Amino acid sequence: MSAPTEPKAAGPRALTWARRRRAVGDFWRLYRQNRAGVFGLVILLLFVATALAAPILTPDNALSLTNAPGTPLEGPTGAYPLGTDSSGRSVLDLVIWGSRVSLTVGFWATFISIAFGTLLGVAAGHFHGWISTVIMRITDWFLVMPSLVLGVALAAVLGRSLTTIIIAIGVTAWPTTARLVRAQTLAVEARPYIERARALGGGHWHVMSRHVVPNVMPIVLAQTTLMVGTAILTESTFAFLGLGDPTTASWGATIQAARDVGAVSARMWWYILPPGFAIVLVVLAFTLCGRAIEGVLNPKLRERS
Amino acid sequence: MNNAILSASDLRVEFQARRGPDRARAVDGVNIDIGEGEIVALVGESGCGKTTLARTLLGLERPTAGTISHHGVPLSYTSRALKAYRRLVQLVLQDPSGSLNPRHTVYEAVAEGLRVHGDVVDERDRVAQALARAGLRPPERFFLRYPHELSGGQRQRVVIAGALVLNPKVIIADEPVASLDASVRGEILALLLRLRDELGLAALVVTHDLGLAWNIADRVAVMYLGRIVETGPVEKILTAPEHPYTQALLSVLPEAGAGEPIVLQGEPPDPTRIPPGCRFHVRCQVLASGAAESAGVDDHCRRVDPAILSGGTDIQVACHYAHALNDHVH
Repeated sequence: MSAPTEPKAAGPRALTWARRRRAVGDFWRLYRQNRAGVFGLVILLLFVATALAAPILTPDNALSLTNAPGTPLEGPTGAYPLGTDSSGRSVLDLVIWGSRVSLTVGFWATFISIAFGTLLGVAAGHFHGWISTVIMRITDWFLVMPSLVLGVALAAVLGRSLTTIIIAIGVTAWPTTARLVRAQTLAVEARPYIERARALGGGHWHVMSRHVVPNVMPIVLAQTTLMVGTAILTESTFAFLGLGDPTTASWGATIQAARDVGAVSARMWWYILPPGFAIVLVVLAFTLCGRAIEGVLNPKLRERS
Repeated sequence: MNNAILSASDLRVEFQARRGPDRARAVDGVNIDIGEGEIVALVGESGCGKTTLARTLLGLERPTAGTISHHGVPLSYTSRALKAYRRLVQLVLQDPSGSLNPRHTVYEAVAEGLRVHGDVVDERDRVAQALARAGLRPPERFFLRYPHELSGGQRQRVVIAGALVLNPKVIIADEPVASLDASVRGEILALLLRLRDELGLAALVVTHDLGLAWNIADRVAVMYLGRIVETGPVEKILTAPEHPYTQALLSVLPEAGAGEPIVLQGEPPDPTRIPPGCRFHVRCQVLASGAAESAGVDDHCRRVDPAILSGGTDIQVACHYAHALNDHVH
């Protein structure tokens, strides 16, 4: 047993930070051993960098319909490596700008659903009796609500915009998280240290914030990364169905535009494939990261792989 | 008893059974007093309600009837009153591995009580002091350890330190050594005794092991099916038990040596169906042997519930046969 030797003067806060640093170091060491996870992380970082650098990588008029840089539906050339769309915009530039939309929607929709799901899941697991029953019935109700139908209805009411899509995805995606978190909360609450915390005088808030949430977080983290992929996919579906904001260049919207001009029958592969591959790559990257995190946090999975 | 630091009077705790309309009477009328600096052992088999009684004394379970009082003041169940009460009465659980959050270091586990009560002045010193009192020296070496890096005995010491840090007056220990190695048991029990001597700490030790009671307790209360059936000083109860149930428990102790082990007959007790009359009569070896009949109390045993024992430090037994024998002597 190696005793961590801290300077005697170190206060509890310094000790806590030292411990956290060590925990992060351990996490990264284990994550690195998962090659697929590292691969996913690299792809993800590339996409994030691309999204952030979009204004630098593309000309100012890259998204302009009236002042498009090229002529419509050109094949791949030196100037336009992936050809142009029906308005004469570079498909490569559209894909670059599309990463912004996809990542934004992925982040916010996931944030909403995870925040809602965790909050309600912990509450449903912690409080017994009618609170739990009411929350779980509401969860069931949202669980069976189809996100596409809700999206169409919301688009009709709120107008077609990115916000509408984010809300539609966020509102329909939280019940799975809530159920997952509730199950984990119930498991944690059955442990004797919860009883000890109560006997020490800890109230609901203490038990939830100090014991339940930290123990539920790993599962939430893994669920988050998996959900981002789903959210991006759903956003593309919405855009493809014409529910997206017509003024933003998202991957789904580009595929829809390609279909509208008959890109498939005209064999304009450069128009329809790149945004499709971008979707597949990002979703794959998030899934790989999610599985790697799950593996690190759950030693049982680690042994199997 | 007025100088009792913690007492329960006519305590009843009932649970709704999961299926059916039955109500389980886990604690069915209990009077118990714990004096200052006194160690009381609560002995009984699994399911007799001793853990429920301990949880109720801690205020973790609300009694169906009866009161818990502290220095004669009845416990009120507002969250503020309960929180204040928690500083005085602390819990040590059976399984030290489970009663520590695996994600918390020793320091955090011990400081938890202080943080709950917003008592953060000199936190570091007080945590160190509590660890040292619990026998973990030097305390600084243990601050950053995680529970899984400690042995079972060390974990239980951390749990005890976490309770001590609040300077309680009473510790309620639910099977404190049941999950520890035999070699460590003695150390933890010695720790409890030392804490009593040094800090004047009173303790209620819940156990199924009469041998353990013999080692540390001043007084023993034997519980059967939700009620205390015999109580008195440890020497008296363990050398001259009067209740047939206590006699049966003692007869199977390897240390007892003398006498045939008494194996109880009949079905195991079920708190949803407490027998009429004496609750032990269906399994009572004295009644089965006919001794109760020759003493003329067998009818009593089957029909009349013996009176609930009062609290205090007196020697008491809830048995018609024992009463008949005593009357005969006098």
